Amino acid sequence: MVAHSYQLKRADFIFKNENDWERILDKMLKRPTRELINELMSSELKGRGGAGFPTGLKWKLTAEDPSDTKFVICNADEGEPGTFKDREILTKVPYKVLMAMAVCGYVIGSNQGYIYLRGEYKFLVPELNKVIQEFEYYCKQIGHDFSIKIFLGSGAYICGEETALFESMEGKRGEPRNKPPYPSSNGYMGKATVVNNVETLAHTFTIFKYGAKKFYDLGVQYSRGSKLFSVSGDTPKPGIYELELGMSLQDFVNEFGDGDTKAVQVGGASGFLVPRKRFEKTTIGYRGKLTGISLPTGGSMMLFNSSRSMYNVLDNYLEFFREESCGQCTPCRVGCQQLHFGIKAVKRGDKPAQYLDKLLKLTETMQLTAKCGLGQSVANSFSSIVENFREEMIY
Amino acid sequence: MSNTIHVTINGIALEVEKGKTILDAANQAGMIIPTLCFHKDLCIAGNCRVCVVEVSGQKRLAAACATPCEEEMEIQTNSLKVRNSRKHIIELLLSEHNADCTKCYKNGNCELQELASEYKIMTQDFLRLAPMKNYTIDQFSPSIIKDDSKCIRCQRCVRTCAELQGVNALTVAYKGDEMKIASFFEKAMNDVVCTNCGQCVNHCPTGALVERNYIEEVWDAISDPDKHVVVQTAPAVRVGLGEEMGMEVGSRVTGKMVSALKRLGFNAVLDTDFTADLTIIEEGTELLNRLKKALKEKDNSVKLPMATSCSPGWIKYIEHMYPEFLEHLSTCKSPQQMFGALVKTYYAKARKIDPENIVSVSIMPCTAKKFEANRPEMHDSGYRDVDYVLTTRELAIMIKQAGIDFKKLPDEKFDRLMGESTGAGVIFGATGGVMEAALRTAYELVTGREVPFENLNITPVRGMEGVRQATIKIENPLTQWDFLDGVELKCAVAHGLVNAQKVMDEVKSGTSQYHFIEVMACPGGCLGGGGQPIPTSPEIREKRMEAIYAEDAGMPLRKSHENPEILKIYQDFLGEPLGLKSHHLLHTKYIGRDRL
Ligand SMILES: Cc1cc2nc3c(=O)[nH]c(=O)nc-3n(C[C@H](O)[C@H](O)[C@H](O)COP(=O)(O)O)c2cc1C
Ligand code: SF4
Repeated sequence: MVAHSYQLKRADFIFKNENDWERILDKMLKRPTRELINELMSSELKGRGGAGFPTGLKWKLTAEDPSDTKFVICNADEGEPGTFKDREILTKVPYKVLMAMAVCGYVIGSNQGYIYLRGEYKFLVPELNKVIQEFEYYCKQIGHDFSIKIFLGSGAYICGEETALFESMEGKRGEPRNKPPYPSSNGYMGKATVVNNVETLAHTFTIFKYGAKKFYDLGVQYSRGSKLFSVSGDTPKPGIYELELGMSLQDFVNEFGDGDTKAVQVGGASGFLVPRKRFEKTTIGYRGKLTGISLPTGGSMMLFNSSRSMYNVLDNYLEFFREESCGQCTPCRVGCQQLHFGIKAVKRGDKPAQYLDKLLKLTETMQLTAKCGLGQSVANSFSSIVENFREEMIY
Repeated sequence: MSNTIHVTINGIALEVEKGKTILDAANQAGMIIPTLCFHKDLCIAGNCRVCVVEVSGQKRLAAACATPCEEEMEIQTNSLKVRNSRKHIIELLLSEHNADCTKCYKNGNCELQELASEYKIMTQDFLRLAPMKNYTIDQFSPSIIKDDSKCIRCQRCVRTCAELQGVNALTVAYKGDEMKIASFFEKAMNDVVCTNCGQCVNHCPTGALVERNYIEEVWDAISDPDKHVVVQTAPAVRVGLGEEMGMEVGSRVTGKMVSALKRLGFNAVLDTDFTADLTIIEEGTELLNRLKKALKEKDNSVKLPMATSCSPGWIKYIEHMYPEFLEHLSTCKSPQQMFGALVKTYYAKARKIDPENIVSVSIMPCTAKKFEANRPEMHDSGYRDVDYVLTTRELAIMIKQAGIDFKKLPDEKFDRLMGESTGAGVIFGATGGVMEAALRTAYELVTGREVPFENLNITPVRGMEGVRQATIKIENPLTQWDFLDGVELKCAVAHGLVNAQKVMDEVKSGTSQYHFIEVMACPGGCLGGGGQPIPTSPEIREKRMEAIYAEDAGMPLRKSHENPEILKIYQDFLGEPLGLKSHHLLHTKYIGRDRL
């Protein structure tokens, strides 16, 4: 029997300082766009912002849209509790992101990029603007028409959802739109738009510089490449780590746990809680197929030791969702309230333990019917916590 | 490329036009999918989620209203998954809702209630959230009551106020569990740009937005033996009321309405159409005066185009949004307010009744008229000119309360003195009607000949196009009007305030060539007013409009200046158009307001 043939592997691409981005950019702008798309497709890079959509395909679809005006947007709203990696990237290697945006602009046919920056990251603006200035200056020198503007969000988690982000940029209330139509044809200002997470863009730099194979060789099937993980909670070494995808959660806990890890919340509030008994069987990657669980949403890994009450953890998440739901759709707006006040009622003894089953059914409805990813994913943490730690919910 | 798509709905194969939604397709197949946030007048929101359906191969359910059909789609509108989800969603809405239905003004005409009944939601398993919330009721407006505890956040009102009216008095505030529909800084609706048009009321599926009703006050007046209660009815009421009484949309019920009003105990049942005719005389004269000053006397201070002033929603809109253009408004009061001022003067004198004892009630398709009657300047008779304004809906409630079997009523005629009217007065109820009525009279006044349109039907100003333009060339006028010879009179008609905005922006930019513009705040004009029966839709308004023009066509007199009672009132009381008495009783001033 193969226990777990895979070991935890560190990678060091994202934060590696590369001093030749000008040269890489020159090179990319000379290659046919089709080739660049193929490069991305064969790397099998998937979006690091949450939904895990293949990046090459996203660029391809947007490139194929006949619109004359298109946009490239870097999603730096980073609102998922427990993630703080995008900020690091923008601080340490911002030029990688800018270069990736320019290449994306070249591929899809856009000369305007935006960085949608989380409001709390306002302090990054002066430094970032300086880099943008230099970058635009270089683009001008080589005759590449591309400019980048920063758009500052105002603190709503939901504005990280790409269509709510468009609304917000258009000066409207940040509420997710109906899909279809998708951003690849109807994005910002109704024009074809690529929205990519900061980290996704940084990875494309690696791919463009070192070739798709280098990236593809990392990770496992369906989950190629490395990923930044924001490690927090009961761990002796919190921080940001770049790890190859496909590790087992056990290996992760062996490395980062404090010896008493009871559960790990993978993917932040909208991710899943994995209890100790499932560490071995859980692979961190994009698909459920590998005995594992689904994607590590922004890459947050929160460890809990036995001193933690899972009730409190869930209470915390539900409060977050209750407040951060945009409030427009019924299943999410009211569902989050019912879940949050519901577990409190069970805890108080106002509702019987079986009420939890009614709430579990409700999360199924939320998953099926909510308008956007927020409402759809509340079920993840709710059901994984309630199913694995039912007693803690009741007593 | 083919323009059709093939789908199946519950196994039934169907060919639908490209671009149609699942909801459209279901309707085409005769399947009803429940909706709440969907409204035919508005853009798609897709937020209530009750219209979810199952699409084969898709993990999640799709909102039928917001999902376009795709080739080969297999749709289930009533699978177990769909039913369970829908039930959950209705239960969730009810848990947040003040579901004390028997105490609700909209009891019996509420889309949420209907759904709850359809799905037989008879238990309350989820927590009651409503009592945990600090819901507020805004009752400061004389027109509209906003009760947040009844709100299901479908945003129909928000979209109505933005898309149909361009006013944006109602918007979404806060997020998460605190998300609510609010006016600017949560001020009272009475203190913001709200025009009181009541379109939000007309589009609200529940009791969250309703008219402020004065039913009990009117019953009290009727029951008071010392009071002489006079009622006037606006033109559009007679083509809407039938709907509330279980009749077909577009039924003309003038005679039955009069009959019902008499049975309710009103002492005199009179017609706002009479003062509509009077408005034409006053306003037509005002227009000709302005034209004379501008064209003959070359007086640059004359404000053209002149704009109609019958729609109080429009008046409040321009007061807020274009206060620098108030002088473009005709100084004529609306027919309701002319009527009110005359009831307590002319009518009182002729009938030898102490105006002190007159209670003047009006039945309007409108909620803004409630505000208008409440304006401090509307006391020219020495009393409050119009005491109570009831909507078409409130009248229907009174008729039902009185136990009147409306459909069986005989037709009766309006009482006399201010009860006679013409087809020109009737068409005030439709967009373009005031324009048409004014042209019928003004053209004849100027040329001595009837307007050159078949059967007096000035079709270019009719219809549902948001902004319509018409040009009428004046040839061979009477000598007194010779300066108008060859002049092309340019007119524009707009309905729905977004369209008013278009015309006003033209005027503001100085590119407008118009002499005369008619604006009605509501889509379709008064027949689509905020006080008309609910529901409303383009088709419903179209039918009411047909009824209005049929009513006009059936009238023996179709020109305001031929109304014998109009001739009489000038002879006996007013003297002449724009005379001193007119000026005092029939004309008014406007006030610039903030844009909050
Ligand atoms: C509620 C919600 C919040 C989100 N917040 C973020 C965010 O902060 N940053 C981000 O990159 N993507 C966020 N996303 C995902 C975006 O909608 C989108 O999928 C992503 O930016 C696409 O980029 P990618 O393909 O590079 O991952 C969020 C999604 C949802 C539903
Ligand atoms: S799921 Fe939640 S956040 Fe998403 S649209 Fe619905 S209410 Fe808004």
